[in-house]
Amino acid sequence: MKKVNYRHSTSRLLLLMVAFLISFTFSGFAQESAEGGAVSQEQAENQESEEGEVSAAAEASSLGDVDNGKSLFNSLCAACHKPYSESIGPALNGVTDRHEMEWLYKWINNSADLIASGDDAAQEIFEEYNETPMTAFPQLSEQDINDILAYVEQPKPEPQSSGVNDPAQASGGGDGVSVNIILGILVFVLVMLLAVLFLVNKTLRKFAYASGVVIPEKPKGKPIHKAFIENQFLVLVTAVVVLLGVGYFAYGFVMQVGVDQGYQPIQPIHYSHKIHAGDNEIDCKYCHSSARTSKQAGIPSLNVCMNCHKTISEVAPETGNEDYSKEFYDKEIAKLYDAVGWDPAQQDYTGETKPVKWVRLHNLPDFAYFNHSQHVTVGGIECQKCHGPIEEMEVVYQNAPLTMGWCVNCHRETEVRMEGNEYYEKIHEELSKKYDVEELTIAQMGGLECAKCHY
Amino acid sequence: MSSNKKYWKSVEELNENSSVVETLQQKEFAEEIPVDEFLGDKDSLEGSKTSRRDFLKYVGFSTAAASLAACEGPVVKSIPYVVQPERIVPGVANYYASTIADGFDFASVLVKTREGRPIKIENNDLAVAKGGANARVQASVLSLYDSKRVKRPMIDGRNVSWEEFDREVGGALEDVSGEIVLLTQTFASPSTTKLINEFSQKYSNVRHVVYDTVSENAALNAFEAKFGKRGLPNYDFSKAQTIVSIGADFLGDWQGGGYDAGYAKGRIPENGKMSRHIQFEANMTLSGANADKRIPVTPSQQKAILAALYGYVSGSSSTSNLPSAVDDAVVKAATQLRSAGSGAVVVSGIPDDDAQALVLAINEALGSSVMNTDNPRMIRQGNTEEVNALVEEMKNGSVGALLIAGVNPAYSLPNGKEFAEALAQVEVAVDFAMKPDETAKLCKYVAATPHYLESWGDIQYTENQFGLMQPTINPLFDTRQFQDCLLKWTDNNNSYYQYIRETWDGSIDSWNNALHDGIFEASAPEGTVSGTSSEVAVVNASAAARRLSQNDEGGGLELTLFTNTALGDGQQANNPWLQEMPDPITRASWDNYLMVSKADAESLGLENENVSNGALNGSYVNITLGDSVVKNVPVIIQPGQAKGSVALALGYGKKEGIQSEMQVGVNAYPLYKDLKSVQRVSLEKTPGMHEFACVQLHNTLMGRGDIVKETTLEIFNTKDVHEWNSTPEVSLDHIEKEVTSPEVDMWEGFDRSIGHHFNLSIDLNACTGCGACVIACHAENNVPVVGKSEVRRSRDMHWLRIDRYYSSEENFREDLDKKENIAGLGSSLSEFGELEEPADNPQVIFQPVMCQHCNHAPCETVCPVAATSHGRQGQNQMIYNRCVGTRYCANNCPYKVRRFNWFNYTKNEEFDYHMNNDLGRMVINPDVVVRSRGVMEKCSMCIQKTQKTILDAKRDGRVIEDGEFHTACSAACDKGAMVFGDINDKEAEIVKKKEDDRMYHLLEYVGTKPNVMYQTKIRNTSEA
Repeated sequence: MKKVNYRHSTSRLLLLMVAFLISFTFSGFAQESAEGGAVSQEQAENQESEEGEVSAAAEASSLGDVDNGKSLFNSLCAACHKPYSESIGPALNGVTDRHEMEWLYKWINNSADLIASGDDAAQEIFEEYNETPMTAFPQLSEQDINDILAYVEQPKPEPQSSGVNDPAQASGGGDGVSVNIILGILVFVLVMLLAVLFLVNKTLRKFAYASGVVIPEKPKGKPIHKAFIENQFLVLVTAVVVLLGVGYFAYGFVMQVGVDQGYQPIQPIHYSHKIHAGDNEIDCKYCHSSARTSKQAGIPSLNVCMNCHKTISEVAPETGNEDYSKEFYDKEIAKLYDAVGWDPAQQDYTGETKPVKWVRLHNLPDFAYFNHSQHVTVGGIECQKCHGPIEEMEVVYQNAPLTMGWCVNCHRETEVRMEGNEYYEKIHEELSKKYDVEELTIAQMGGLECAKCHY
Repeated sequence: MSSNKKYWKSVEELNENSSVVETLQQKEFAEEIPVDEFLGDKDSLEGSKTSRRDFLKYVGFSTAAASLAACEGPVVKSIPYVVQPERIVPGVANYYASTIADGFDFASVLVKTREGRPIKIENNDLAVAKGGANARVQASVLSLYDSKRVKRPMIDGRNVSWEEFDREVGGALEDVSGEIVLLTQTFASPSTTKLINEFSQKYSNVRHVVYDTVSENAALNAFEAKFGKRGLPNYDFSKAQTIVSIGADFLGDWQGGGYDAGYAKGRIPENGKMSRHIQFEANMTLSGANADKRIPVTPSQQKAILAALYGYVSGSSSTSNLPSAVDDAVVKAATQLRSAGSGAVVVSGIPDDDAQALVLAINEALGSSVMNTDNPRMIRQGNTEEVNALVEEMKNGSVGALLIAGVNPAYSLPNGKEFAEALAQVEVAVDFAMKPDETAKLCKYVAATPHYLESWGDIQYTENQFGLMQPTINPLFDTRQFQDCLLKWTDNNNSYYQYIRETWDGSIDSWNNALHDGIFEASAPEGTVSGTSSEVAVVNASAAARRLSQNDEGGGLELTLFTNTALGDGQQANNPWLQEMPDPITRASWDNYLMVSKADAESLGLENENVSNGALNGSYVNITLGDSVVKNVPVIIQPGQAKGSVALALGYGKKEGIQSEMQVGVNAYPLYKDLKSVQRVSLEKTPGMHEFACVQLHNTLMGRGDIVKETTLEIFNTKDVHEWNSTPEVSLDHIEKEVTSPEVDMWEGFDRSIGHHFNLSIDLNACTGCGACVIACHAENNVPVVGKSEVRRSRDMHWLRIDRYYSSEENFREDLDKKENIAGLGSSLSEFGELEEPADNPQVIFQPVMCQHCNHAPCETVCPVAATSHGRQGQNQMIYNRCVGTRYCANNCPYKVRRFNWFNYTKNEEFDYHMNNDLGRMVINPDVVVRSRGVMEKCSMCIQKTQKTILDAKRDGRVIEDGEFHTACSAACDKGAMVFGDINDKEAEIVKKKEDDRMYHLLEYVGTKPNVMYQTKIRNTSEA
């Protein structure tokens, strides 16, 4: 080393800077994880304190086993009663303050007897609730009743703090920030690297110049585009490739026109098929009843919703999830009440209705005739076959492409369900002889004829 | 023999040198596309602002815009019920029995509703009282969605609430000084009668005048004089063996109509027997067209004929002063009547009390079991004398209040203008109207009334047969029934529904059953009989006959005013389906016209001419009767019109409450003096030519006259089937083989023995040409209405047309020879000679033609995009979404049943009919697609209906029984002329039809193997 022209060489500078940056980044990560940790701690604390409260309440009530009470309540009472609000029957929280335990045992075991015996309090309640008799539960022992009362007498849990209630926003936001930071840093580093390389190159050239080394000049060849144009073979091949590529993408574009697979519009009421069909396992045809008899599966009218939602004015706390909170769902149920004109406070219909304008997902063109009952009742096809895993969809999307090719494929492959259907007896016998098969596909039955669906 | 006859559709075809016919025979699309007109004119090309480059720009932009627009689908909203009615399942049709009773048409019907909207009218099979739904009844569902309806009550043209209306009218009625007169249609409703009685009790000075727009006054008077009740005899033509009709179009609207179903039953030869029908008439009617023997005579001759017939039947006389040819026919008719015993019946439409009394006397003398006077029809109650008196009373101011319901006298009274002036003298004029019509315009108070599909009612068809009317949709507008108004004004808080139930409480076993069936038998409850029985006078028939036979010679031509199949009395003139339905006889739509005989036309210098594309033009005349003149009436020269007589249809020429496209024809009511259908008028030719929308010459026979097969009963009974219904043969290796034989078939046949295979049989004997199937097809299949000018261009969209063929009596050449021979015999027979001239008295055959669903279809092989293909069940399937509109198929169709959508007929201002407004589109059948511009369409054999029947059976897991399958036309045909079914079901009726000797296929020698078959027409020509 003869000369040390530049003490602070760029490479060293670079190294230093990288080291500095990396240490900076690490500290960023550390900070983030610390934040996350803090949140989870908060959550844990919250939960703990709640549990503490609950257990304290349970101990305080000392009436019975809360867990057993809860299961009994859900199976026997929940159809008409809610712990903290009025339903068909009164809210049960605080009932032990309003009535003697003995009276409660009698009432629950057989309320009609108690009313008949001329008990004032019993008659008053009976009249207050439109003389709707309460089912007698002679099977409940006093201990069972104690357990139920223990469950309903728990104080109403306070709404959880917003940090927990809106985890979607909090965590989503946090993730977004950290990723952005990392990306930003990386971009910065790359830019720095480029600058450094440029500087190094410049410095080396200076060295060379200083030390008298001559860098040989590259001979200037033909510009590449000229060379390309002169090579006809290459031009031809490229043209063919480009045309094929354009054709491929154009075809792809044209073929997807009008195909709305994955269409997932936002509905006026956030109705979760996951909760209804998935978690609660309600049969599809309970609500879409006309799928059995009609060409349309039908969007259930609001009175069908009210069969259940007359008593379900809010979702259970555990229904709320990361993406949608309990409050969110309760608000959607309130929208239903608003549309159907149900006043939950009065437990009565106001008569003011606002029909819900759902957004239709599956839009077959007018020239295609499709009949649900043919597929559902006659064919015994599961709804999921075309509509996909509806029971897992929080927001429904169009699962199938609904193209003619898709229909026809299924008609080619699917065997007609004929057993036990007198209609098919004769034709099955004749056709199976003709085609020499036992099971007949829809296509063999004539299900591919144009006018079976287009008229 | 069938093949010897010459058939023709238009007089033009009889002219051997007609270039028009020649052109039409050669070309499927007669009208040239005017390319030269456009491109050949250099000036207009240069003057045009659109250059070639502009054109390309527009094309480029619109293509780009269209493809961009296609990328994003529209957001479709779907709105379910808030509370879904229990009985409504979206996508499933409900049927309700109801009754139409608009004062002209009375019929028990089934109303098909989808999601609460009535979309189609069908026959109520339970109805025994009356035949099925005719074309107007079929079309009445569209009148419900008429955008011209009165939407709310009005006072002085100002919209008011019903409360205000009640207050104002109630007050006005209280204060009224003169008489309160109710001028109404025939309601034939026991509850309404009772209600009007109660109304009369509240306001002591009430009178009820019943006014039938088209009067049956003479028949009612004659019946009342004889039996003491105002009613009409009821006829059961299925029992008839010999029918003699003198000027009665009993297959049309004569005496309330609905007799065609019974008639058709007797026309199908069974065990070698069928009824014999002799018709004496002036203008060609449906009845005359279906008759075995038709004698064209003027209305005044008809009177003499009736008198003479009475003489011959009763034996009181043996001569008449009729022309010998006519007399001969009358004598033969009388002989045949006498030999038929109780199966004989005489009917007449002569608007004369004496004539109608004679009809009753003749039938009684014959011991006819066809006529039933014990259970008379109650669906006509109008009284001409009272109506005429009313106008006089109105003029002299003795009428204080006039309540008009269900009629439009300012339009339909012959003295409509006089009525309008007299109405100004009436203090309180209330019109219960569905349309802002001529009368409503004159009345201070207009009460908006609902359509019958939104109303309650009970109807008395005959003495003991009743029907119920029930609403099938909530009122579309703020309307209230006439009866509900009367209830309000008699301080009765019940609704009319409750009122009807009260009326029938105790008289019927089960209200729900009656309502379900739509009809029931009972006796009229107390207090609901309108008139008390009057004195029964002994009618002197021979005196009546004497009066009739006295010639009432008068100057001028004899005019017959009739109601045609499409519009009837004109109530539904704003119904585009009916306007576009071609008349069964003249095949003209969107018009009424004066029908004159060829001889009279020649003497008056009147002309009909066919222009190059086959469209018909005709001269104009002014018709003068006394001081009323009907101007510029177009003329059609009608084969078979009696010389010296002319005919004009009522119900046209309405101007108020009707959209401009439907303001067609001339109003003939000013000529309907004294509500009598026969008048003496004078004609005067006026300049100009009228352009008809006549489909007569569209798609000519192209020399294939054997499309129709007919024979006589005698030959049918005695000769071998090969003589009168032979299958054509072709030569294979010099051996004649039937074309149906598989050996001579170019095509490879498919195995159609598995599954369903649909066939449709059309019996030419049972088809009366009524057109109910045409409208039913329109309603079921969303067939568009194209309007007058498009029909004129042969662009009508009817999937089902009823071809009308004329034929001469025997061989055409023989006819000419015969005529020459007769002319040489003497002047007295010259008239008879002219009768035999083909165009003067042709025989008529109606032939409904729709897609024949050929198993070897010529259309299928020429489609370049395979948009039409064949189904295993026999349908020739037309796939609209695949069609690119080359029209090759239409060119290659030997039956000319394919229709091309030249335009978009939906949501198009140019075609402002029901498909252009939201209200009218409510009638569209949701199970059938609405076709767009540029595609072919045609009969689908109602595949939506057969598919539904199959699906229902599959869902229930059962076998389909015969009679379950239907097409719209076969379901609409109450005559049994159309039978539809599965020929693979060996028990089915259609199999018997296919094996019937009378069965033939259209143009069998073409080898198309159609799935539609026809039954040879048999005429009962026996003269003794």
